[in-house]
Amino acid sequence: MHILSKFAAVTALTVMSTTSFAADDPIAARQNIMKNVGAAMKAAGAMATGKAEYDALAAELAVRTINSSAIGFPMFFPKGSETGGDTEAAPAIWSDMEGFSKSSAQLATDSATATEAAKGGMDTFKGAFFAMAKNCKACHEKFRIKKN
Amino acid sequence: MRGFLKVFLLLAMAGAAVFWYLTEPKVLDAQSLPTTPGDVEKGKYIFYASGCASCHAAPDAKGEEKLALAGGHAFKTPFGTFYAPNISPDEEDGIGGWSDVDFVNAVMRGVSPDGQHYYPAFPYMSYQRMNVQEVIDLKAYMDTLPAVKSQVPDHDLPLPFRFRRGLGAWKFLFMDNKPFKAVQGASDAVNRGAYLVTGPGHCGECHTPRNLLGGPETDWQLAGGPAPEGKGVISNITPHRDGIGDWSEADIASSLETGFTPSYDTFGGSMVAVQENMAHLSAEDRAAIAAYLKSVEPRPSRWKERKPEK
Repeated sequence: MHILSKFAAVTALTVMSTTSFAADDPIAARQNIMKNVGAAMKAAGAMATGKAEYDALAAELAVRTINSSAIGFPMFFPKGSETGGDTEAAPAIWSDMEGFSKSSAQLATDSATATEAAKGGMDTFKGAFFAMAKNCKACHEKFRIKKN
Repeated sequence: MRGFLKVFLLLAMAGAAVFWYLTEPKVLDAQSLPTTPGDVEKGKYIFYASGCASCHAAPDAKGEEKLALAGGHAFKTPFGTFYAPNISPDEEDGIGGWSDVDFVNAVMRGVSPDGQHYYPAFPYMSYQRMNVQEVIDLKAYMDTLPAVKSQVPDHDLPLPFRFRRGLGAWKFLFMDNKPFKAVQGASDAVNRGAYLVTGPGHCGECHTPRNLLGGPETDWQLAGGPAPEGKGVISNITPHRDGIGDWSEADIASSLETGFTPSYDTFGGSMVAVQENMAHLSAEDRAAIAAYLKSVEPRPSRWKERKPEK
């Protein structure tokens, strides 16, 4: 529990420090966050589908990255950042900020579960990973508009 | 002068007659249909292959709710706003009481039981390629779904498009009423994929761009383009580097099963509902779709801004 709260503190600090950066360019910031999530998904997904050998530490790191990205993610969508910078953010984010925040909170919850499951070996991790992975599509269905 | 007027009137009448003839709904008659009764289980498979629920379920329906085909989903297009109708087996609000031939003509010819043209927002341009028996199976399955009451608004269209008879002219220009034709020399998998993509799957309805009249731009088949709804784009799904050139067949099949692209991005927007339907198909059919998509002519995305190549 001690280690976990340490991690939470680090996560909070990371979010705070990126927030000040976000004030300058929230679009670039959130796009970078999503790139990190994509890279983490690739690593975790390869292990969950058996394409890469399971490594508990790597799996935990990957889903932890997703977890820290999900926490506070809606902060990177302030009013005024609706357009520009090749953003693929859908107008629905601002018309339904509550729904968007809920989606993001769900990812935070499910990635926290996956972080715990990573310690339990491949079979435990697999289930938690796919439960978490559902969030990506669910949110992109409503809140992202493809631009390329 | 009087002679001129006579000629003019005659020409006008001839023109009107030709227009009336050309725009007349072309339908199949009941005698031409196969006599095997619809198979519910097979129909269920076709239901997912042809994605009926993606448009006809109530907006935001999830899971089991998608089987209640109450309609009401609004499609804001450059031609006006279309509302998906109720196609549940309800006698009053839906299509309960339709005969097989009514259903076949609606799906494969875009003609209602009372002889009106449907708008091509309904993908009959693709469904015309379907196997008739499969359409009858589909009806048998849809008859088992819950009957639901719903009042769907009328399509909201500017004046010239409200005249449904004119759609006969549109069909004359773009629709050939021909069944699917397998390509000689192509593998069984590629032909099966071609049937699924161009027939029930109706992929080209979104992924093939449309011309000013709303007809498909066949030279740009599956090359995507700006989305008719919203500000996004529809992906290029030809094997060009602008499209899915660097995806393997396994990548395509797996993305249709899971919703994840090879780079672990996901499908978004209306493609999510499509993918969830594709996940109901057999692994062989998803592989067939992949094999076909890799076999079509690669086409660039012409809407992309290009930097000159060095």
